[in-house]
Amino acid sequence: MTTIDKTAHVPAPRESVSGDGPLLDVRDLHVEFHTRDGVAKAVNGVNYTVSAGETLAVLGESGSGKSVTAQTIMGILDMPPGKITQGEILFRGQDMLKMSNEERRKVRGRKIAMIFQDALSSLNPVLSVGYQLGEMFRVHQGMSRKDAKAKSIELMDQVKIPAAAARISDYPHQFSGGMRQRIMIAMALALEPDLIIADEPTTALDVTVQAQVMDLLAELQREYNMGLILITHDLGVVADVADKIAVMYAGRIVETAPVGELYSRPAHPYTKGLLDSIPRLDQKGQELYAIKGLPPNLTRIPAGCAFSPRCPKAQDICRTDVPPLAPVTEQDGLELVGRGSACHFWKETIHG
Amino acid sequence: MGRYVARRLLQMIPVFIGSTLLVFLMMYALPGDPVRALAGEQHVDPAQIAQIKADLGLDQPIWQQYLQYLGNLFQGDLGTQIGTKRPVADVIADAYPITVRLAIFAFIFTVVAGISLGIVAGLKAESLRDRSLLGLTLVLISMPSFVLGFLVQHLFAFQLGIAKPNVSLEPTNSELIMPAIVLASLSLAYVARLTRTSVAENIRADYMRTAVAKGLPRRRVIGVHLMRNSLIPVVTFLGTDIGALMGGAIVTEGIFNIKGVGQLVFEALGKREGATVVGIVTLLVIVYLVCSLLVDLLYAVLDPRIRYA
Repeated sequence: MTTIDKTAHVPAPRESVSGDGPLLDVRDLHVEFHTRDGVAKAVNGVNYTVSAGETLAVLGESGSGKSVTAQTIMGILDMPPGKITQGEILFRGQDMLKMSNEERRKVRGRKIAMIFQDALSSLNPVLSVGYQLGEMFRVHQGMSRKDAKAKSIELMDQVKIPAAAARISDYPHQFSGGMRQRIMIAMALALEPDLIIADEPTTALDVTVQAQVMDLLAELQREYNMGLILITHDLGVVADVADKIAVMYAGRIVETAPVGELYSRPAHPYTKGLLDSIPRLDQKGQELYAIKGLPPNLTRIPAGCAFSPRCPKAQDICRTDVPPLAPVTEQDGLELVGRGSACHFWKETIHG
Repeated sequence: MGRYVARRLLQMIPVFIGSTLLVFLMMYALPGDPVRALAGEQHVDPAQIAQIKADLGLDQPIWQQYLQYLGNLFQGDLGTQIGTKRPVADVIADAYPITVRLAIFAFIFTVVAGISLGIVAGLKAESLRDRSLLGLTLVLISMPSFVLGFLVQHLFAFQLGIAKPNVSLEPTNSELIMPAIVLASLSLAYVARLTRTSVAENIRADYMRTAVAKGLPRRRVIGVHLMRNSLIPVVTFLGTDIGALMGGAIVTEGIFNIKGVGQLVFEALGKREGATVVGIVTLLVIVYLVCSLLVDLLYAVLDPRIRYA
């Protein structure tokens, strides 16, 4: 194992953001896709904020709009067919949706970086990892090939790839899955961005490697005091690293909560269903709970609460009125900071 | 790598022997007689013909003739033309440079125009410009080269008068442009389609999304990340194509009256000049084999996932 002189890499503490606002503030974002089958409403009014050093986990099943939100923030949404119909994405107080293409390009990679799910297909198969890492320095900082190579080796060391100097000219297919994901992380980290969006960074990895990669990510995040958006459908992954969680369903945030609170006292039937469907050792032999039905077709989202057709507690009001994301309080009315639930019956769900 | 090249070079031996034998047998099977053809319409004494044949060794059984030919070949002797009494090697050496020049022009045209058109179309698949390119290439692919050749000749030489219909005996480079375009048109259409498909497919790849997310300029995303991947199949096609172009073009050379290898082989076939035909075909087979070997090696350079052992 290579030893790393950690102090050398620690950047100066970040100056506080202009004002005291959050690093990233997504406001009422709407994204739709125009397809042959009609308009798919992938994101329907998402709000969330991430501050420096904070980890937001966005949880949801496939098609809940969590990746689309991330791609919209990153500016890599395919448009068309994608279309942002409404909303703002404020990065350090500036609306990125109003920036020119060139301004946005300069934010990408340098200020906001992204880690993708499948590192094998997300890395270019015919370019060496050294080239792909060094590209960040060469393009954004105008570094020479030689300096960029030295920096790339440093980066690979930092994400704990053994024998980094010897492997710098290897190609992605010559690395194991975990090592490839480390390279992706290194690439995202290269320019010490303020915010990293990790889109299911561990889904393609086996369980032991998952833990290593998550630990590494959490460690680097602390070290650099970065904001981190962790997109996942794995409740186990987020428990350790996230500060707060946003649960998404059919393009909406249905519940937000600090991480511990969400697990102990969910305030939305969907979250409750997700938690109940985790296999548990003490319930061995019993039938595993599953949320009945399927996620809605995004071209035909049901009226009222999108979850109502699958909800065990649905009443008539759920099928007509869209529940707003309401603040969640204790039974005595004491405010629970950072908690919200988009359910007409959140009181019954959390306290009942 | 070294072992792979050695194996491929060894594989060339049976291919070489097989192809020469095949052409040799085909020349033998053709009706007609090179010696009698010398005399044309005149009546010649059969005894005289038999005498000439015996001198040339044409009265021997075919397998003996073939062995004799191979034996001479390994001593660097490609034989002698019956009609002109010139060594076949000299005849080929006279005709080959112009074919090579024509092939190079056509190849450059194929690469530049084919790849550019393919990229332009592939970047916006299913758009109007994409569909027009597919239509245009379909026309080029389905049009026989003699039709295109005469069309081009008619338009540029006889209507517009900006080019001469035939090239001179020692053609200048500018004279070769028109024939080169005609010769290149078919491969150009294939290259354009291949590039277009490859680009349209790779542009949706995950690593392209990564490249954009890295904040790279569009120039670099397309020029480096997309092209390095998209050109792999195109290079393979171009390799075999240059082999085919080097083989001369009987029809195109005929239309523009270019004294290249294509014309030479056509004339030699007419006169039943077995040695000339076999000599040229042998040379072309070697050129083709070497080209495809080079392409296969280049393939491994372009795509690091491929390793030869």
